[in-house]
Amino acid sequence: MKHLLATDGLDPRLATAVLDTADELKKTLLGREVRKLPTLRGRTVVTLFYENSTRTRVSFEIAGKWMSADVINVSSGGSSVGKGESLRDTALTLAAAGADCVIIRHPASGAAHRLAGWLAESGTAVVNAGDGMHEHPTQALLDAATLRERLGTLSGRRVAIVGDVLHSRVARSNIHLLTALGAEVVLVAPPTLLPVGVSALPVTVSHELDAELAALDAVMMLRVQAERMHGGFFPSAREYSVAYGLSEQRLKMLPEHAVVLHPGPMLRGMEIASAVADAPSSAITEQVRNGVHVRMAVLYHLLAGEEEK
Amino acid sequence: MSDQVLIRGARLYGEGDPVDVLVAHGLIAEIGSIEAAEGTEVVEAAGQVLLPGFVDLHTHLREPGREDAETVETGSAAAALGGYTAVFAMANTDPVADNAVVVEHVWRRGREVGLVDVHPVGAVTVGLNGERLAELGTMAKSVAGVRMFSDDGHCVADPLLMRRALEYSTALDVVIAQHAEEPRLTVGAQAHEGEIASRLGYAGWPASAEESIVARDCLLAGHAGARLHVCHVSTAGTAEVLRWAKDRQRAGTISAEVTPHHLLLTDERLASYDPVNKVNPPLRTGGDAARLRAALAEGVIDCVATDHAPHPVQDKDCEWAVAKPGMLGLQTALSVVTETMVRTGLLDWRGVARVMSERPAEIAGLPDQGRPLLAGEPANLVLVDPDAEWTVRGTELASLAANTPYEGMRLPGVVTLTLLRGRITAREGKIG
Repeated sequence: MKHLLATDGLDPRLATAVLDTADELKKTLLGREVRKLPTLRGRTVVTLFYENSTRTRVSFEIAGKWMSADVINVSSGGSSVGKGESLRDTALTLAAAGADCVIIRHPASGAAHRLAGWLAESGTAVVNAGDGMHEHPTQALLDAATLRERLGTLSGRRVAIVGDVLHSRVARSNIHLLTALGAEVVLVAPPTLLPVGVSALPVTVSHELDAELAALDAVMMLRVQAERMHGGFFPSAREYSVAYGLSEQRLKMLPEHAVVLHPGPMLRGMEIASAVADAPSSAITEQVRNGVHVRMAVLYHLLAGEEEK
Repeated sequence: MSDQVLIRGARLYGEGDPVDVLVAHGLIAEIGSIEAAEGTEVVEAAGQVLLPGFVDLHTHLREPGREDAETVETGSAAAALGGYTAVFAMANTDPVADNAVVVEHVWRRGREVGLVDVHPVGAVTVGLNGERLAELGTMAKSVAGVRMFSDDGHCVADPLLMRRALEYSTALDVVIAQHAEEPRLTVGAQAHEGEIASRLGYAGWPASAEESIVARDCLLAGHAGARLHVCHVSTAGTAEVLRWAKDRQRAGTISAEVTPHHLLLTDERLASYDPVNKVNPPLRTGGDAARLRAALAEGVIDCVATDHAPHPVQDKDCEWAVAKPGMLGLQTALSVVTETMVRTGLLDWRGVARVMSERPAEIAGLPDQGRPLLAGEPANLVLVDPDAEWTVRGTELASLAANTPYEGMRLPGVVTLTLLRGRITAREGKIG
């Protein structure tokens, strides 16, 4: 693997290999007092974040440090990025300074692809940590890892992705990865929050959450951004919550084995009832925990995988 | 240089037997079998097609304000090399061409350069802000003689203001050219709203944002008895709206243009995230492109206009979301039209003359452009080698910018000679 830019087109065997590596890393580190592996010693990993994201940045930073990489954080405030330097010049600077891997979060769809193009000569690996409305591939991988852990396999499982699919890079990455790994995906959202041309995706679409619940193995709630609530995408937060929120009553309609996921941060009470978020069905905390192992696995496959072969 | 040129053995409009065309004193002096008099410059044109010089209703020359992207001089050179003898320079300069001073500056610079007739387009509204009419009359009556007004890059979205602009224009006998884009439907839009944009995570620019404005404007133009020109039609639906509007045409006159890139390129090119493909209106689907080609062939869309939009490298070699929309067009237009319209059999060369020269000249009211190839007519001419091909290299084009979506593509149809009022402005890929 040279870069991780998207799950769209990601070879399912490679995705499975990353998930298997994440499992092994998790087992290896379990119960250890010192959670540090020497694998990436001497390698430099830069997190380049043009959007605030404590959750994702910290997860990558811990993953790099547990692999003994030198991790440097660059964010848009207080750096040349904040002074208006172009992404291209920033990329070339980081490569020239010796970065082995750049992890980028950017508000523009395709920014990670552009970065990979500019860094093609340098050999620096690029990981997409979320680009605009496009993709967030490590989020999808950690979701898949969590579902595998809970359900054993993804093959033949039915997963609902609920909420603001239109603006969600998490949804896009999950649609591609989950279906590539053999799961069925149903999108549940009001028509205003579904992408145009959704019928071209390998999914089914529903506007009735209640009608779907009984047949689900997992339900993945999406975050609704505050600006959507007044943008005419739906009439009110209350109506959204009534139609698409995961309430305690709806939790009871799910099969017992079904798993509840949320990429966070959650709007408790609106997207998901507090009791549901904290229920045994919820794997939300495990998602965060698995995120570190998955990101370790991604860095391993990008920076050490070839050497290991 | 001789003031007489003999073009030997060309086929007029690609039809009939080869003939000789003598150009003298800025006019077509004679057509037939002609012996070259002493001192006459002879251009061997066997196998080539002679057409009236092309007229571009939609060019961005960037001067004043962004002379790092293009100047009247470099844009004129690109135009001459592309076979153009007249171009209309859009008003979205800095400062905006919303007053006589700016339009006269652009017009004068065009005259000084002298490679192509540069006609400034005046802004419809002050500062292109869509709030107050610019002084259309002052610009129309200035030495620049503005014939066309447009806020291109912006839509005159307010229906009342558009009605007023159309009504007011009738007293000046000028044309209002609209960039049709309902801004409320395209907030944040980055690409054609459809399957590909959804997959790639681009906010969508729906076809209906264009079609709804075109429908509205056609009704308003009819109501006002005005001349409306629809810029860069990009959707199949707009072609249908135009067909309907032209069929029911009451008092107003409606015309429309399509760009070469909307004839050839589709939103499938977006997957690279390379902003060289970013343009406004965006590249649409293959189905749209096919309908646009058919509509151009049928005359529902009147003409080809380049929307030549040069940008310096830093405005294009960046993230898609921050990149400026637009692509070069003047030097590649003929080739793209050859590829999409001639090689497909949709247009013959007489049809090319119609859509690239005669109709644009009529729409803009230019008396000496787009004229028939007859003795006594102004010698604004272009000679085309229809069988030759060339490989596009952005850095080898005459523009200051290099943002061509056709980089590395091999395209048919080569402009070998351009004459402006009998004077050779471009020959074999070189100026003069």
